Amino acid sequence: MAKNKIIVVGGGLSGLMATLKICEAGGEVDLFSYCPVKRSHSLCAQGGINACMDTKGEHDSIYEHFDDTVYGGDFLADQLAVKGMVEAAPKLIKMFDRMGVPFTRTPEGVLDLRNFGGQKNKRTCFAGSTTGQQLLYALDEQVRRWEVKGGVTKYEFWEFIKIIKNKDGICRGIVAQSMNSMEIKAFPADVVILATGGPGQVFGRCTASTICNGSAVSAVYQQGAAIGNPEFIQIHPTAIPGSDKNRLMSEACRGEGGRVWVYKDGKPWYFLEEMYPAYGNLVPRDVASRAIFKVCDHMHLGINNERRVYLDLSHIPADYLERKLGGIIEIYTEFVGKDPRKVPMEIFPSVHYSMGGIYVDRKHFTTIPGLMASGECDHQYHGANRLGANSLLSAAYSGTVSGPEAMKYCKEGKQGVALTDAELEAARQEVQAEYDKIRQMNGPENAHKLHQEMGDIMYDYVSIERDNTGLDKCLVELKKILKRWDNIGLTDHGNWANQEAMFVRQLRNMILYAMAITKAARCRDESRGAHAKIVLKSDYDAMTAEQKEKLVGLAEKDIKWSADGRAHDKDDELVFFKRDDSRFMKTTVINYDPATEEPIVKYEEFEHSLIKARPRNYAVAKKE
Amino acid sequence: MAEQKKTVTFIIERQDSPTSAPYTQEFEIPYRPALNVVASLMEIQKNPVTKDGKKVAPVTWECNCLEKVCGACMMVINGKARQACCALIDELEQPIHLAPARTFPVIRDLLIDRSVMFESLKRVQAWVEVDGTWEVKDAPIQNPYTATTAYEISHCMTCGCCLEACPNVGPQSDFIGASPSVQAYLFNLHPLGKFDKEKRLNALMGKGGITGCGNSQNCVEVCPKNIKLTTYLAQLNRDVNKQALKNIFNK
Repeated sequence: MAKNKIIVVGGGLSGLMATLKICEAGGEVDLFSYCPVKRSHSLCAQGGINACMDTKGEHDSIYEHFDDTVYGGDFLADQLAVKGMVEAAPKLIKMFDRMGVPFTRTPEGVLDLRNFGGQKNKRTCFAGSTTGQQLLYALDEQVRRWEVKGGVTKYEFWEFIKIIKNKDGICRGIVAQSMNSMEIKAFPADVVILATGGPGQVFGRCTASTICNGSAVSAVYQQGAAIGNPEFIQIHPTAIPGSDKNRLMSEACRGEGGRVWVYKDGKPWYFLEEMYPAYGNLVPRDVASRAIFKVCDHMHLGINNERRVYLDLSHIPADYLERKLGGIIEIYTEFVGKDPRKVPMEIFPSVHYSMGGIYVDRKHFTTIPGLMASGECDHQYHGANRLGANSLLSAAYSGTVSGPEAMKYCKEGKQGVALTDAELEAARQEVQAEYDKIRQMNGPENAHKLHQEMGDIMYDYVSIERDNTGLDKCLVELKKILKRWDNIGLTDHGNWANQEAMFVRQLRNMILYAMAITKAARCRDESRGAHAKIVLKSDYDAMTAEQKEKLVGLAEKDIKWSADGRAHDKDDELVFFKRDDSRFMKTTVINYDPATEEPIVKYEEFEHSLIKARPRNYAVAKKE
Repeated sequence: MAEQKKTVTFIIERQDSPTSAPYTQEFEIPYRPALNVVASLMEIQKNPVTKDGKKVAPVTWECNCLEKVCGACMMVINGKARQACCALIDELEQPIHLAPARTFPVIRDLLIDRSVMFESLKRVQAWVEVDGTWEVKDAPIQNPYTATTAYEISHCMTCGCCLEACPNVGPQSDFIGASPSVQAYLFNLHPLGKFDKEKRLNALMGKGGITGCGNSQNCVEVCPKNIKLTTYLAQLNRDVNKQALKNIFNK
């Protein structure tokens, strides 16, 4: 019997994990990637991977990991999915350990654990500050082994363009293009798994690699796959701002004792420790980012009144830092030219991770039969905010779900009829025609400049603090950018390694994904996790008395409206919408409207019966 | 001094296809603080015009992470093989010369084909033969000092600097280079990986193996991850020789 053929798109932690599981179950994988899979973005994860190993005498428990993740995600994550993940975590760590991941060890040779944000117990396994690199390499090696044994065919430097559905609407293949020869080819399969990572490049500068553009996700969104919770974009509090990218300074800095401060009245002010006495510098990322933003933009206390605060490691012994954080200290020293062992680092929040992504069920099937998604490109596990060191976990874990589920789906014969040669060829020709058209584009706009403009707009309106006027404006601007895309001109009309033509195609996908993020943010009139929305006069006036009480909690006389219509309380602090569980404890589900090219927003229920929602407050210790 | 520089000049060695002849073009971009070579190439993408005003195709190169972990953007910058993302303009003499690492086949401009390195990793079996991804039992405890060495070597990002700098890697020799060889040493250190130590050592004998190393020490000079490549190559050489003797006596 012929082996089942699964196409995996993306060779990061999730794609590789799925690949291994498929090979072990007797399947065959065609693995597609922009780059040699060893160079995938998972390797930029620094601080660690969470798993309840409980080797530090703290009576850590899997339940505690479960609760921290759900609470950290502001009760928007599917609790059964999260439960599966945290239960599997310790087993995954042992697997990685056997595969040769050089985890940092205690003097007696067992895995060391460190603190991380939003968690009170030491639960984060790590390999110095290059954990993602080490985990990715381990899976890369195992996949290479399967490549030798037979079972995996790699298509590196091939770009996924779109899926192909059979006559019944079941996904049975993809069209991809060689990034060197520019050959466009259709590939049949039984199932397609997308593991294409996050959409950071939609924001231009971010902590993500240049390959994390969300283009593949947008492509299948335009082909009918729904997107879940795209408005939840994690802003990491500590990155080195840069013009080409913002370089991440791991949360492990704070986990190992780093302190965040600015000068106030001539003295260091450790504002996180003061604002959040229970968690201090180890508050979750959304909380820390908002605090830094407030200190810089509203209190004007940033370093030299710029958007910078100090992240200080200089009080920690240098040899300890070298052992635990060597990798990122090298990054800072190399790119900034100052030594964090001696002087405090200067950092600012940056777009980092997308909690949302392709809408999937707990088995990682999308809304298109035969198409699955796993890793950062899916919407599962993190709700409204991801805890640090849960991303490597969700990436690896989701692969252990999607891979076997894909094989099970084949064994049950659910894949329907295969694509005919004519269908494969028709799909190929369609992509070829689109590509040929792009290659001839001759307008005045430069795609890279347009990308930068889009990123700036997204940062202005859809990042740490959002408001409905800004979001409306953002949608208008994005539509203009989409129109301007038609006027792009290429300087490279050739047909060999034409990176410009590929980027133009990706950019259109990115614009449409940006619209989905923005529309979802516009429609969610509450604050939850990474999505924080300022109350405007227009919002307030439209509310019933009951809503005013529930969503704002202030009487009109206690609100001061600024010139731009933003609400401030008596202490001049911005007023945000409160969390609204009655309306919005639901997954945002976005479908693409091909007629208007616009996103259609609806809300779906999800499983949240295991841990009852409670207010999220990191100023005090967690109560269960 | 840096503030006075208004522009940055690049002389870039370009090549349209694997078989076409190389040529150079000069570009001038506005200076800004903390600029690096990748960010400069991105500027050229936004305005692909040469210094003398000719509109040209943007320069082709490979990059991903921009923080010196992925290994993609290795090229020859002012004569030295290194990662372009962390090559800061302030620290480079101008005009800045960029060229592809010609130890590898050039695909286009600065874009090269390093698949040979990944093939070499297959040859030396750079992996642990785990039974599977399923749960077996606890992984063995490891000596933390050995693990520290392993961690150092495990930073190797297969960028190819050490191959580009090595006088023995190229058409004149089959030497697979420092990076893949030292990966064999890495897996020989692991408590489970060492079960296949003999296979890896045997794979490093003969054509292209460790005898190809001429001990010129160039690799350790250019390694962007500061891996003590020559130290491990020397230990590996000793291990391979021991294995060769063992092979003879066990015949």
